[in-house]
This record gives sequence, C-alpha cells and structure tokens, in this order.
Amino acid sequence: MSNEKEYIEIFEQHRNIIEENCAPLLNEKRTAAFEKFKASGFPTRNDEAYRRSDVGKQFQTNYGMNLRRIDMKSNANDLFMCDVPNLKARPEYILNDSYIPTQQATADHTSGVFIGSLNEYARSNSDAIAPYYNALAQKGDSIVQFNTAFVQDGACIVIPKGVEITETIQLVTLLHSNIDILNNRRLLIVLHENAKANILLCDHASNEHTTMSTQVTEIYLGKGASLNLYELEDTDKNNSRLAHLFVQQESDSQFNHSNITLTNGFTRNAINVTLIGSGAHANLTGLAICDKEQHTANNTVIEHVASNCTSNELYKYILDEKSTGVFNGKIHIHPDAQHTASQQTNRNLCLTDCARMYAQPQLEIYADDIKCSHGSTVGQLDENALFYMQQRGIPKNEARNLLMFAFAGEVIENIDIDALRDRLHILIEKRFRGELNKCKGCSLCKK
Amino acid sequence: MENLIEIKNLHARIDGKEILKGINLTVKPGEVHAIMGPNGSGKSTLSNVLVGHPAYTVTEGEIIYKGKDLLSLSPEDRSHEGIFLSFQYPVEISGVSMTNFMRAAINAKREYHGQPAMSAGDFLKMMREKRALVSLDSKLANRSVNEGFSGGEKKRNEIFQMAMLEPTFSILDETDSGLDIDALRIVADGVNKLKRADTSTLVITHYQRLLDYIKPDIVHVLYNGQIVKTAGPELALELEERGYDWIKNPQ
Repeated sequence: MSNEKEYIEIFEQHRNIIEENCAPLLNEKRTAAFEKFKASGFPTRNDEAYRRSDVGKQFQTNYGMNLRRIDMKSNANDLFMCDVPNLKARPEYILNDSYIPTQQATADHTSGVFIGSLNEYARSNSDAIAPYYNALAQKGDSIVQFNTAFVQDGACIVIPKGVEITETIQLVTLLHSNIDILNNRRLLIVLHENAKANILLCDHASNEHTTMSTQVTEIYLGKGASLNLYELEDTDKNNSRLAHLFVQQESDSQFNHSNITLTNGFTRNAINVTLIGSGAHANLTGLAICDKEQHTANNTVIEHVASNCTSNELYKYILDEKSTGVFNGKIHIHPDAQHTASQQTNRNLCLTDCARMYAQPQLEIYADDIKCSHGSTVGQLDENALFYMQQRGIPKNEARNLLMFAFAGEVIENIDIDALRDRLHILIEKRFRGELNKCKGCSLCKK
Repeated sequence: MENLIEIKNLHARIDGKEILKGINLTVKPGEVHAIMGPNGSGKSTLSNVLVGHPAYTVTEGEIIYKGKDLLSLSPEDRSHEGIFLSFQYPVEISGVSMTNFMRAAINAKREYHGQPAMSAGDFLKMMREKRALVSLDSKLANRSVNEGFSGGEKKRNEIFQMAMLEPTFSILDETDSGLDIDALRIVADGVNKLKRADTSTLVITHYQRLLDYIKPDIVHVLYNGQIVKTAGPELALELEERGYDWIKNPQ
C-alpha cells in the first residue's frame, strides 16, 4: 500500500485546496469515493480485471498534481491548432485535466445545448446534471473512486431532447507539462431523448515528462438518442492512460464507439455499457497498434438488462516488437434480456515472438431465448500472401504494410465520418511506415 | 542467340528433403518450353525455386538469367527483372483491393527501373485495357485480391496480372487446372496475345490439353527431380497416349 499511502495523505491534507476550486456537486461525491479508495487501494495483479495490466506500477513515479488549478496555458491555440481537413469540427481543448475556455460561445442558451467545462456547468447548472454525475461511476473500481475523489474538472456535453448536432464535436486533450504530472479528468455526456451527436476525443502529448491520466467518462443516452463516439490516442511512450467509460442506454438508443490506440505508453480502457431499455444497440470497436514496449488493454463489459437489445464488438490488435495487448470482453445477459443478439469478435496479429496478446472472452447468460457468439484469434501475417505479393514485385516491407492495413481497415470502416476515416487511413499508413513523427502539433491535422 | 535463362545442375530441398536432383535447362528468348511429369516429380518445386520462395533451399547449382546470378536476387527483384509466376493456387488477400495491389506492384517495378510512379489516370486506363485481354469483370478488379473468386476467375486474374507486369520470362504453373474449356481458351488466348519475340514461357502441366492452345517449341519430362527426356511438341502427344510408365520404367 505504499503508493496509495502517499495519495491518501495528499487528499487528507489538501482536501480544502481541491474543493476550493470546485463546484459543490463535484465536492459532495468525494468523501464516499475516497473512503472506497482508501479501503481497497490501487488494483494489483491479483485483481482479475488487472491481472495483465500492472496498474500499481504506473503510480510509482513521483507525480505532481495541479490541485491549485494553476493556469498552465490559457490559450490552447498557442499550443497548437487542430484542423482535420474537411472535418467541419469545432475543436474544444482540455489541457491535462483543465478545460480551456475558447473564444467561441459554447453554451447555446436558446437550444439548451452545452459544451464546455464540467466544473463550470456543475456550478451554473447543477440541477441539470446532478442526476447523472457519478451515478454510473459510483459502482466503479478503485481507480474510478480515486478519480472521483481527486477530480476537479473535465468536459460536459449536454444535448437536449430532439436536438441533432450535425457538426462533429471535437474535444482534444493535450498532455503538456514541465513536470511529471498526474491528471484526473472527468467527462460527462448526456444526450436526452432523440438527441444525436458525433463526438471525437483525441489525446495528444507534447511532452518530455511522464504523464499519468485517469479519465472517467459517463454517458447517458435517452430514448432514441444516438451517439457516435470516436476516441483516438496518439501520444507517446511517456504517457499512461487509465480510462473508464460508463454508458447507460435507454430504449432504442444507439451507441457507436471506436477506440483507436495509435501511439501510447501504457493504456487501459475499461468500457462498461448497460442496456436498460428495450431495442437499444451498442457497437463497440477498437484498434490497437503497438510496438516497442507499449501496453494496450481494452476491458469491456456489456450488461444486457432489457430485452430485444443488440450489441456488437470488434477489437483488433497489431502487436510488434515487445508490446502487449489485453482484451477482456464480458457479455452479461440478464434473465429478462430475452431476444438479445450479441456478437463479439477479437482478432490479433503478433508480429514477433516477443509480442504478447492476452484474450479473454467471457459470456454469462441467464436468459434462454438469445443469440450470442464470440470468437478470438491470435496469428501472424499470412506468409503465403506475403510471398504472393513479393512475386508481383511488392517489397516485403510494403507487403507487410498492405496486409496490416487491410487488417486494421475493418475497424476504420466502422467510422461514419468520411473526413475522419480518410484521415485515419493516412495516419495508420504512416504509423506502419514509422513516419508518424512527433511534434508539438496534433498529427491528426498534419498534412 | 543468347540464352534468356540457363539452369545448371540445380539441386533444391524443402524441409530437409531433396526434391530437385540436378536440373539442366536452357531457354532462349522467344521460346515456349513445356514441363510435364507425374505427380511429385518436382515441377512445382522448380517454379518455386525460380521465383525465390523462402521455403526452398538451393543446395547446388546455379541459374543465370539475363546474364545475372538469379539466386542472389530477392523475390521482388526477380519480379522487377521480368520473372512472373502464374500460381497454381493463387492466394486470397482479404482487405487488399486488386487496384491497390496492382498499383503497389507496378510502382515498385517502376521505381526499381528508375521511372516515376504512374499517374492515377494512366494506371486505371492500363487496368481497363489489360482486363479486356482476359475478359476479367470490372467488379472482380474492384474486390479484394482473389477473395471470393471462382477457380477460373483466379486463373484469369493471374494472366491479367501477367499482362499488367509484362514479364520477359513467365512460368505458368498448372494454369489449366480447374478450368473449363471456355476459360482455358480465354486464358491461353491471353497468354498468346502477350507473347513477344523476346519473351519466353515455361508451361508446367500434367496434360496435353493446354498445349493445344499454347504451342510449345520444346517439351521436357521431369521425373524424380531430373529432366529425363527432352523433345519436340510430339512428345506431349506421346505422353498423352502412353502415360508416364514407359518413362518411369524404361525397358
């Protein structure tokens, strides 16, 4: 418990500083969360869900935390501009774990749409989000409790009933600091009945220091609401990300999620989707491209609570050199969830003998009239295909890239925004060629 | 006339087992050679060794192609130098479109020869022209490489690729297998149309049938890893009639 102890002391000694800068809604959840964290500490490899992801080790660095909310950089546009060609998105920025106010008006008072700082909104419109904030996350594990105890800001997106946002909402998280830093971010996304939105979340680093981020995202989809959520992590080896995504879907809502891990250090994405309304559909996809000693884990849990819901999962990993991938996929079909159709697919390429993939599909079925299937494979690139291409004059490296690109393509095709899909195609190709050079900017918009 | 390719005392093995036991074969520009022989005689091993398949090891002998040491070249460089294999079993490559595949192949070849990459317009025009040569459906050309193609379509696709790459030395490894008579004619027509005075073809086949359409100048019989008989086109007819027993067990 040595790592925990330090953070427990920080919390107990500096709680007033943490709370001073925060909305009461955020503060009132801290005590319970902190007690839970204090009781269990950070997860260890003895916890089944963390067996292949040694999270405790990630907290060993002596991180600083920006508890006093020092304005590290007031203008994100100075840091870099993000402009994906043809995306027609309006980027919003989070620096480490602080929302950066932009020039543009983010709150549209006439329609009731809000896109902005969670802490600000929790102050100004507490009633609007009080039923949602921490409602799903309170059942989360000790990392989630840690986040709830320490969190001071993040982003909030609220789309009222029947409103459709056609423009892609892009939220860019920049990891940048002059010290090794621990960030605790929180995202709250509420789509009321029949609301529709596309959200793109990008993580980027311009950092020589080590960054550790806990990120808890809660998403509530009302009846008939529809959300496409695309997450892109393109940071570097100095960054650790512990992300927890909770989604609750009411009847006939649609949730489409793509999680692309392009470049990272240590990543663990935990995704928990609960289908509480009949006719809801969840589509979860993920792509991880890892090399060196990168670690990428996706732990998904889909709770089929209501009947007539469908879920689909497709996770693909390409693991080179000494990288490790983890996929845990649990599908839990509750007794009342009759006529559920659920499919889970996990395909993995290990390009070297040292690359490791740990795959664990897990089905728990308590209803009898359902369709549920899963499949997981680990393999290498097809040697026959490689040779066939070489015979036609395609150099071996190029042939490998074509095969890997084809393998990844299935996940990218799931993305509904043409401009983003085209951009990702180019990025992935560059990634395979080793041309994804790091700079202060966001590679998503570089030509 | 100078030789296009000269195979001298070629020995090759796979998984430690010697398959080729001293092949000698010389092909001059413009010639069509046929290699016939019973199952397991080493026909496919020979074609695989010629294109540098990594599973096969050459233990002895040499291959001189256009005056160069062929065995020292990588498979892709052999391709760039004009060697083409029509595979007996063309590989399905899921997710790689025929267009991207061919573009990568053509541009790699052009780069090797110091030429600039082809413009998209010129490339698509070339695809259209060559497709017509083997009546390959444009829908197939838009699909993933060989994925979901019938046996006949796969073989036509091989000849389409041959047309795109314009090789100097083509090896047709049992291109007739799995083809009905119409498809066989289309494939053979394609091969004949691609024939130039300076290009040569090695036809590997079990049957005389294909040789009715692609007329060989010289016919060889491969048996137990060696060429045991070489003669004119009449040898193919004789084999069709008498089988291989008289070669396996000479009286």
